[in-house]
Amino acid sequence: MDPLGWGEIITRILIQFTPVWIALGLTFGLSIAFKRRLGLYGKLFDSVIGMFGFALVMFWVYTAVFGGAFGWIVTHDTLSQISGLKNKVPGSPVPDAGANGLYPYYLMGGDNLARDVFSRMIVGAWEVMKIAPFATLFAFMVGITLGLPAGYYGGRLDTFLSFLANLILAFPVILLFYLLVTPEIVVTGIPVYMAGVLFLFPIIFLTILFNSRFFTQPARRNIYLVVTLVVGLWIYLGIAWNADPLGLISFPPNLLVVFVAVVFVNSPTVFRIVRGLAMDIKTRDYVAAAQTRGEGPWYIMLWEILPNARGPLIVDFCLRIGYTTILLGTLGFFGLGLSPESPDWGSTINEGRKLLSIYLHPAVPPAMALLSLVLGLNLLADGLREESLRD
Amino acid sequence: MGLFILRRLGVMILTSICLTFIVFFMTNLYPNLEKLAKTQGNFRMSDAEVTSFLGRNGYLDPLPVKYAQWLGVLPGWTVEVSDGMRGRCVTGTVTPEAMAEAPRFCGILQGNWGYSTVFRGDVGEIISTRLGLTAKLMFWVMVLMVPSALLLGVLAGMREGSRTDRTLSTFAITTTATPEYVSGVILIAVFASSAVGLRWFNGTATGAMDNATFNNFFLPVLTIALYGMGYIARMTRASMAEVMTAQYIRTARLKGVKFSDIVMKHALRNALIAPFTVIMLQFPWLLNGVVIVETLFNYKGFGWTLVQAAGNNDIELLLGVSVVSVIVVLVTQLISDIGYVYLNPRISVS
Repeated sequence: MDPLGWGEIITRILIQFTPVWIALGLTFGLSIAFKRRLGLYGKLFDSVIGMFGFALVMFWVYTAVFGGAFGWIVTHDTLSQISGLKNKVPGSPVPDAGANGLYPYYLMGGDNLARDVFSRMIVGAWEVMKIAPFATLFAFMVGITLGLPAGYYGGRLDTFLSFLANLILAFPVILLFYLLVTPEIVVTGIPVYMAGVLFLFPIIFLTILFNSRFFTQPARRNIYLVVTLVVGLWIYLGIAWNADPLGLISFPPNLLVVFVAVVFVNSPTVFRIVRGLAMDIKTRDYVAAAQTRGEGPWYIMLWEILPNARGPLIVDFCLRIGYTTILLGTLGFFGLGLSPESPDWGSTINEGRKLLSIYLHPAVPPAMALLSLVLGLNLLADGLREESLRD
Repeated sequence: MGLFILRRLGVMILTSICLTFIVFFMTNLYPNLEKLAKTQGNFRMSDAEVTSFLGRNGYLDPLPVKYAQWLGVLPGWTVEVSDGMRGRCVTGTVTPEAMAEAPRFCGILQGNWGYSTVFRGDVGEIISTRLGLTAKLMFWVMVLMVPSALLLGVLAGMREGSRTDRTLSTFAITTTATPEYVSGVILIAVFASSAVGLRWFNGTATGAMDNATFNNFFLPVLTIALYGMGYIARMTRASMAEVMTAQYIRTARLKGVKFSDIVMKHALRNALIAPFTVIMLQFPWLLNGVVIVETLFNYKGFGWTLVQAAGNNDIELLLGVSVVSVIVVLVTQLISDIGYVYLNPRISVS
């Protein structure tokens, strides 16, 4: 068989993405139909840039879920090597594909170990989606829980926490990664302790959130708190200490280091943003009104200040997921943390760059994928910012 | 003002001490020391041999003592071995007499940055040569990045919402969304690989260390500059757009001043205050870019040294590298604060 031409390669790739197109079409159709009832999310569909960014992001989200979790879009196994396809150009036919029940072509060629570049790129999206949004969410929980009191109370607490934040920010990120994400450090157990501290923050955050709001209705508060603490501590034991009493939740240790490192690097910046917002908003009249009413400090911070700071925080959340994606790529690029045969984009780019002057196709698809996802998140953040400023 | 700078200097010193102590702690964890012993000796060392190697080289003292020795506030370690003495302040094994003559304190306070186990040389020397190479790279990055970013931002912010603005802003967003390892790979693929066939530039910058030409140096410089450019351009655009809505600009327009004169004479000066701070604060970010680009283009500067030191757990080199990078970060922060005050009389330091 002859290799495919470019036209046919593109057609076949587009067909391969059919589930994603259907999902995207449904999302956009429904969202545009009901956009007046959907608040800020609906307003996003008034801005072309925001819509374009959202489309890029959702494309990768659906690709990750359908390809990585359900295994629909991928054409080959990400680890299986097929002899004769080492560094072959895009569209190369797979020998004996019919007999072995394989997809008959390597749509984007083969890499240095004769694996399918296309499938690895798709599964790489899933690797990012598994870590980046959650790591960003955790960083936000840490940043908010520490930043609100620092900005609201000021004084010694603020000085101390700001010093710590600046200390972490003064580290070159790559040096920090090299210090934290090595097998030797995993042996000492430091990442586990750090996870033990960092992963406590979401539980603290939710506990204070419910307690400060519902402490006047003990019955309701108790239900919320018990649910938060039981579920929270169960997940906490599982992922941070790998000691889930039911044995259901566990977290691979090398993924845990990556996760902790990324949360650790992101939270000081979030802290600084939240602190600045809190310092600004605490001078408003509605905060003074709440203080006069006799509300507690945590109620004011979490139910008066935080909701009014949501605009900039949502925008920053989008940007930060993009930044986290870049950080994960950096880790992969330096071969830290994730295993070498992992299909994540950073590792694939790192592997592909070694032969870049002769073979382009192994390195360029993951690079373009990363670029388009981060670009989508940036455009989405821009659209959100524009639309939230409008009212 | 003097008090402000003094206080900032105090915080800087405290930060560097905390930071180097963290690096010291992480690199001196036992598994890391074991790895160091095995890379220095051989990989099949038994546990006893590892301990004896570490003991002979002074790695087994308690952590605060070792840190104080590195700083130079405690006398350097000395050990007696079968054929003489070894110590922090001497190289190799020497006689007790030579040991008595050697200085007792040798830390960074005495100007001794220690010995690099990877490059087998003096850390101070290695860092200064590597920093020189990186300074060359950074100089050209600045030359390329700052003017083009400011131009881009001013052109986009001049008429907010126009088609030029949309196009330039999209370009700026795209460059901020492209990390160096992506733009570097794409640039090499397009301009340096035989597969596309343009071959305008070299894919490596190793030759640029001695003899930098446009051919072998442009791609690394462009790669770093692109990432920083978008951010500065967006800040300039925002500040320019704000200035253009100010009252005095409207007055100037109503007076009938030419649009180009308004931009050049009235708006530009005020619009450049915010980007100045941003440009200064970009330095720490550029440091990251330098590490990636130097690895990608195999340019053996400061960033490349960081990767080598960290990958091989070269403790003293890594400490030197972190001291330098922390100072770079903190000094640029200080300059940006002071410069901001000078440029904007409405802000005062207190």
